[in-house]
Amino acid sequence: MSAAARREPEITAAVVAEHGLKDDEYRLCREILGRVPTYTELGIFSAMWSEHCSYKSSRVHLRKLPTTGPRVVHGPGENAGVVDVGDGLVAVFKMESHNHPSFIEPFQGAATGVGGILRDVFTMGARPIAAMNSLRFGAEDHPRTRYLVSGIVSGIGSYGNSFGVPTVGGETSFHPCYNGNILVNAFALGIARRDRIFLGTAAGPGNSVIYVGSRTGRDGIHGATMASDSFESEKEARRPTVQVGDPFMEKLLLEACLELMQGEALIGIQDLGAAGLTCSTLEMAGRAGTGVAIEISKVPRREEGMTPYEVMLSESQERMLMCVKRGREEEALRVFRKWDLDAEVIGEVTGDGFARISEDGRSVASVPAAPLSDRAPVYERPTADPVPGARNRFRLDAVPIPPDPGAVLAQLLASPNLCSKEWVYRQYDHTVGAASVVVPGSDAAVVRLIGTSRALALSADCNSRWVWLDPGLGAAHAVAECARNVACSGAMPLALTDCLNFGSPENPAIMGQFQRAVEGIARACLALDVPVVSGNVSFYNETDGRPIFPTPTVAVVGQLEDARRATTQWFKRDGDVVILLGHTFEEIAGSEYLAVVHGREEGSPPALDLAGEAGLHRFLVEAASLGLVASAHDASDGGLAVALAECCFSGPGLLGADVRLGGEPVPGRRELRVDSLLFGESASRAIVSAAPGDLRSLEYLALAHRVPIAVVGSVRGEGPGATLKIGSPAGKLVDARVADLRSVWENGFSRLMAKR
Amino acid sequence: MAEPERQVRGGGGPRFGVVVFPGSNCDRDAFHVLKDVLGQETVWLWHKDADIKGCDVVVLPGGFAHGDYLRCGAIARFSPIMTEVVAHAKRGGYVLGICNGFQILVEAGLLPGALIRNARLQFISRNVHLRVEREGTPFTTGIPRGKVLTMPIAHGEGNYVADPDTLRRLEGEGRILFRYAAPDGTLDEAFNFNGSANAIAGILDARGNVMGLMPHPERMAEEILGAADGLGIFTSLAGAAAAAPGGRR
Repeated sequence: MSAAARREPEITAAVVAEHGLKDDEYRLCREILGRVPTYTELGIFSAMWSEHCSYKSSRVHLRKLPTTGPRVVHGPGENAGVVDVGDGLVAVFKMESHNHPSFIEPFQGAATGVGGILRDVFTMGARPIAAMNSLRFGAEDHPRTRYLVSGIVSGIGSYGNSFGVPTVGGETSFHPCYNGNILVNAFALGIARRDRIFLGTAAGPGNSVIYVGSRTGRDGIHGATMASDSFESEKEARRPTVQVGDPFMEKLLLEACLELMQGEALIGIQDLGAAGLTCSTLEMAGRAGTGVAIEISKVPRREEGMTPYEVMLSESQERMLMCVKRGREEEALRVFRKWDLDAEVIGEVTGDGFARISEDGRSVASVPAAPLSDRAPVYERPTADPVPGARNRFRLDAVPIPPDPGAVLAQLLASPNLCSKEWVYRQYDHTVGAASVVVPGSDAAVVRLIGTSRALALSADCNSRWVWLDPGLGAAHAVAECARNVACSGAMPLALTDCLNFGSPENPAIMGQFQRAVEGIARACLALDVPVVSGNVSFYNETDGRPIFPTPTVAVVGQLEDARRATTQWFKRDGDVVILLGHTFEEIAGSEYLAVVHGREEGSPPALDLAGEAGLHRFLVEAASLGLVASAHDASDGGLAVALAECCFSGPGLLGADVRLGGEPVPGRRELRVDSLLFGESASRAIVSAAPGDLRSLEYLALAHRVPIAVVGSVRGEGPGATLKIGSPAGKLVDARVADLRSVWENGFSRLMAKR
Repeated sequence: MAEPERQVRGGGGPRFGVVVFPGSNCDRDAFHVLKDVLGQETVWLWHKDADIKGCDVVVLPGGFAHGDYLRCGAIARFSPIMTEVVAHAKRGGYVLGICNGFQILVEAGLLPGALIRNARLQFISRNVHLRVEREGTPFTTGIPRGKVLTMPIAHGEGNYVADPDTLRRLEGEGRILFRYAAPDGTLDEAFNFNGSANAIAGILDARGNVMGLMPHPERMAEEILGAADGLGIFTSLAGAAAAAPGGRR
């Protein structure tokens, strides 16, 4: 039977419902077409109007985010955000979720998540120079957790390592709320010349549309709709919708695309990601205000007998669509042949505004491109007050003060969320590219820009417990902490990308979380002058009606004018002074300490003074640029005690310290509880070390930036015998060998992975 | 064949060539060190060309030459460029294979033994300490024996194995140039992360002009990256090639 003679299924109410289109959405579809859609067209509408592609529930809120600034070249709406970094160069970056596929098939799900975000970056003409990922797993003792951790870490490693991008940072944490719905958020950063940025546009009627890369198979059909649905327990049946990655093919695409981009033949380019050929065709035409005519029989196939519907909706990986000047096609095809890539001219740009898909000359779909996005459904979904009861349940005096703070410190250092993540990042090549100035293990990674004196710093963060307890404040904290990490490395935060992971938007309480979280991000971004240049929303992160903690992961990119000034978190020299920046309050509510030691997740997250936070960042950047600090470390998860311990042992050697806390003057404050002092997570704090001779300059600088500064001790002792001593007006609190602390911290993760 | 090209070269210094296989991903790093850091004349060599462009030194960089879904380097050895690389080596020309390049040299038969999955089966990316076993080879001139160099490894298959006879020969002929060691240079299995036989990190061929090395000296050749411990290998090669152009010694 010839393909053209095949009959497509009839459009019935059941077929429409299977495609996830609501009644009014289907009505709008018919209105736009002026008729009943064909089966292929229904598939196209369904994919384009899925939550994943259309942002229909989030769009009204995302408008509140600040997206412009003097350094922003392209904000949200392109494949990735673009920021000017000087010397005629731009940084191109984005973060995206691959949660559902990774839960179903961890290795391939995570691998293709990395592949997708890399394509978003090099599609714009940027060579990827750094990757990160933010991973959230269920409870460490959940039966699936270790399987998922192993699969996802090796999936990320296998793809990134082979492709040749250094994976320089990220986060890995555990909480039972992710038992049935883990999070895999992948970030990539690339560098391009500012005058050679390419956009996803199909401009100029008559120009050619070229398909290049892997052949199209049946894999991943309806991935976008899957990502827009919550899990039921029979998710195993979804396995065929997960794609398989081929990093070698991606590497060929990278080199071929970048080579083609050096010439003048290319007009626009977009990768085939979610909703495959459908999404790229319509978006490229939509952006240019043109139409596109495609002859689908020309699309290279991996399988026989695929219907137009399947070809249009396949999510086979490592494919690109490009618009090439008429008459210059051979120039493009020659480059692809050089790299042994399959490429075909499959259509052309038209002036009628329609995406016309034909098979062997017979029309199978004809939809107006612009209305499909311009008139896509937008929902202002109902919201409800998202405050959980746990927020008000907290009573400080119900929390007993532990008798042995030293034992608590060791317990925290060994706990899954605070222990060393070397087990994870040693499986990622983090030095390929010969540009990694600061590798994983410090607050932020630093990657130099070869050929310039500059470097970029990057970090990804989110304390989802805080967002759950108070979505607005918690999300603002995520931005503040992430930017603080970048500033600790000596880099001025430039811009941010986000990956907003939430439960079902159809649940008003979830929508309330989302709305407040976006507002919190907006507030913090404005105050810290960090515009949002790209991002991604992932809804329906719930299983059997149990949503995850709201997790708006953010990644901040900052810039160092002089790469040599990059600062790491660990102490450097015996005899340096230890300085605490910022105030410590009675804030153990919502802390890691409260959760790990007392089994309570309750109360309000710490207060956040964004103006003070901004001052701290300016101080840190200026101090680093003047060479005044030997180390700088953000004090957040686990409080000052954990931060001080990390300062002692996270570098190449072991250094001791003698510190006295609680002596710093804070106006009108009573003496703090010992646990608040050691393990509380008050915001806007950092520990820096410096040569005693630089102390005066640092104090002046702190005054100028209105940053509370206090000398709390000194770096003392070196080597296996070094000790960390922490005292307070109440007496001796901690006196531990640094080597012992490092050992529990270092072994925490492998112990977790070895449990049976 | 290469002679006309050699005439256009200025200065008379050695010429380095970095081979680009489709999946090479450390090619640019090696090129950067040779050209920008050391100021050597450096050209690209494309895997489909049976032409080494008159280079005195050929570098096979790290990466995943053809995806390496099969055995690493098993396909790369059949590339047209490899015919010329082998001929160059047979003429006594210098060849340096780093990481995947080492794997390819082994597959091509220029070096003995094999590189198999790391002992603990995971990819390992970290700094290691290398003890220099022999000074004064074309790859280690000016690097004293016993010195400990720090540089990264990043591989899943770097576990060097060979039959006992080969190992004995390598040891006896002084062809083991670098071994994984503790920071103070003592041999300790705890620091032999991939489980290599005799803690072998880098070996020389019988004639002394071909070296394979699993760690990445090109990623540790500038102070900004933590140390310049890897630079000495390239400096040594540049000196050797300048003294004996074309590798004919």
